[in-house]
Amino acid sequence: MVETMLAVISGIFLLTGGIFGILGGIGLLRFPDFYSRLHAAGITDTLCAFLIIIGLVIQAGLALVSIKLMLILIFMVFTAPTASHALARAGLAAGDDPATLESEPMEIAPLGSRGEPPSNS
Amino acid sequence: MRYLFSLAILLTVLWLGISGVYKPPLFVLGGCSVVFVVWLSRRMDVVGVEHNPVLYSWRLPVYWLWLLWQIVKSNIDVARAALSPDKLVRPRVVKVPMKLGSAVGKVTYANSVTLTPGTVTLLLEEDHLEVHALLESSAASLESGEMERKIAWLENHK
Repeated sequence: MVETMLAVISGIFLLTGGIFGILGGIGLLRFPDFYSRLHAAGITDTLCAFLIIIGLVIQAGLALVSIKLMLILIFMVFTAPTASHALARAGLAAGDDPATLESEPMEIAPLGSRGEPPSNS
Repeated sequence: MRYLFSLAILLTVLWLGISGVYKPPLFVLGGCSVVFVVWLSRRMDVVGVEHNPVLYSWRLPVYWLWLLWQIVKSNIDVARAALSPDKLVRPRVVKVPMKLGSAVGKVTYANSVTLTPGTVTLLLEEDHLEVHALLESSAASLESGEMERKIAWLENHK
């Protein structure tokens, strides 16, 4: 009885996580520019990963595997924003200005190491 | 010395948690690795440098729960935007003033902003953040400054 319930709960977590993963992928394809797409990737980094790992922990129960899964979760929480930030900075450094939907280029404070945009002559 | 002990205990717990094979020869190996890593860290002068009293405060788990709730909310917003990007996506760059003083507080703020989908920190300056916001709602929640107040609350424990 308890086992069936745990299986169902973990299944719900895994399924919701999978759905969020797919939604993140859809966003990645449909959002207009580089910086917006970063946000879609953020879904798969956070809620999708959280739900899948929690679902797996429920399935594993009180075991060493659960400790390892929680460690994976902790490492993801600390590394995912660093990676997103590094990508955003790389985009700025490559001269890709974040544009609004009205395609007004926004004013961005110059970065010390900001490279010239690729020449479009 | 206190930090050396806490580092050794932390490493031992980590080793016990990951290893899974508990036989005497392996205990010896594990013990040797712990001692070796503690000795290395002492030689590198990194023991206790990153020590932060916030780590031992009850406010940290409270903050994490609050952040988790924010992440869930903004995930749902961004996922909804993925289904109808034409109506909801309003990308813009927001300049968020910041009063936090300590380096750890600033980094926590910038990282928490990036961790919530819909907002990515582009630039971390002395007194402000530059943030790329995807939706109206993500920009609005950022400008309300609630997250900064939470971090200030987190840091002001004594």
